[in-house]
Amino acid sequence: MFVYMDHTATTPTSPEVLQAMMPYFGEIFGNPSSVYSFSRKSRQAIDKARSQVAAALNADPAEIFFTGSGTEADNWALKGTLEAAKLKGKNHLITTQIEHHAILHTAEYLHKYEGVEVTYLPVNSEGLVSIEDVRNAITDKTALVSVMFANNEVGTIEPVAEIGALCREKGIPFHTDAVQAAAHLNIDVKAMNIDMLSMSAHKMYGPKGVGALYLRKGLHPENFIHGGAQERKHRASTENIAGIVGFGEAMEILKGRIDDDKATNSARRDRLISGILERIPHAKLNGATGEKRLPNNVNFSFIGVEGETLLLDLDARGISASTGSACSSESLDPSHVLLALGLKHEMAHGSLRFTIGRLTDDSQIDYVLDVLPEIVARRRAMSPLWEDYMKSQEGK
Amino acid sequence: MALDYSQKVMDHFINPRNVGEIENADGIGEAGNPKCGDIMKIYLKVNPETNIIEDVKFKTFGCASAIASSSMATEMIKGRTVEEAWNLTNRAVAEALDGLPPIKMHCSVLAEEAIHEALNDYRAKHGMDVIPVEHHED
Repeated sequence: MFVYMDHTATTPTSPEVLQAMMPYFGEIFGNPSSVYSFSRKSRQAIDKARSQVAAALNADPAEIFFTGSGTEADNWALKGTLEAAKLKGKNHLITTQIEHHAILHTAEYLHKYEGVEVTYLPVNSEGLVSIEDVRNAITDKTALVSVMFANNEVGTIEPVAEIGALCREKGIPFHTDAVQAAAHLNIDVKAMNIDMLSMSAHKMYGPKGVGALYLRKGLHPENFIHGGAQERKHRASTENIAGIVGFGEAMEILKGRIDDDKATNSARRDRLISGILERIPHAKLNGATGEKRLPNNVNFSFIGVEGETLLLDLDARGISASTGSACSSESLDPSHVLLALGLKHEMAHGSLRFTIGRLTDDSQIDYVLDVLPEIVARRRAMSPLWEDYMKSQEGK
Repeated sequence: MALDYSQKVMDHFINPRNVGEIENADGIGEAGNPKCGDIMKIYLKVNPETNIIEDVKFKTFGCASAIASSSMATEMIKGRTVEEAWNLTNRAVAEALDGLPPIKMHCSVLAEEAIHEALNDYRAKHGMDVIPVEHHED
């Protein structure tokens, strides 16, 4: 049995999307920047994709700029905005402690090489940023507020519309990394007062290697990639036409089913969550519940066991999942997100993330609920930390 | 990211040898801490006549390489004298596992340290000098 429960890492390109992309690898190969009529088809394909993406966000097509990834869109938003703001004497960036590394490492870069002052807002135990904290962090030097739409590890959905309204009132540009959220939630950039928004196609059954930055009319961050006049002189590089076509198609398909997907995923998510809580003692759900949580995210810590061991045990049973544990990464630090939520190191080391999606069915939820308790119990039985924990519980 | 473990590491991780505790153990040693993500506890049963380690058990909290290192290290000291066991190095444990990823070498170090702790516990209980050891601050 192959059970893929890592849809937050990536999704397969759907067959309809792939079909729409195919002509642009061969038959319609013209460079959109060329003058002859043959290249017009390539231009038209990109225009169509731009309209599809814009429509899904309630944006104008002229406000959508295709990039090579969500990470590139994040880099552009932060570096471009802070570089342009430098000319106006503003050098302060507000973001959060739980951003993706695409934001965090870019902020660190800006601090180190551009002298940007960065405020990293804390979050509460559910992973939520407080509006008051955003308000209090704003100074007359603030050039940008960047708060993720929804967290990739624990699935917490931030109060983006409220932050957007506050930033609009203060006249400060607001960027949001919606790489995860855009695949699951209805986003209206106008209603939510969003000025910049990053997205990625491969999180929503589109191809890898293509992302987009929504950039509200009137904002002028410095370019990130310099060169030719593509993307209306804002993002040089010959266009990844097939990828862009795939992104547009994926976004249109998603828009047509997003409410149904949300209902299906939320029901399975909650069944998986309550099943784990019922069957595994001392399991801790990380993040928020209900409407404040991405419909496809389940993240638990199991005291006494380390996340990587669970991943490998699950893998041996055909289940692909993920962890915020350091032991599965190149660094040995546990997840910055779980630590920001206030978890102790040993709990942060013991986290496990299941993210469901179109490849998930009900029998897979049952299968995970069937094998996980036994895996956790077996590893706990060989853990001195679990033994100590149980002894400490006896006294209570 | 996925770490590429050798088949030996995976074998000792999936089916670890010598898991458990020994009641009235002659020596108990612990290394690591929850902050770094690994804790290893070693229990020894030693024959006082021969100084031979007749049984050894472990309990480990940590990643796959920590569990595999504990399993392999206990296999390597079982049936040896306490003097021989003292000379088991983390490199020997890692080599016996057909190597560990560089970032996971500290797991084999923990095994060496936990064994040293257990042997010193035994020595102290049996009136022998405790051998000073330097522990890594992970």
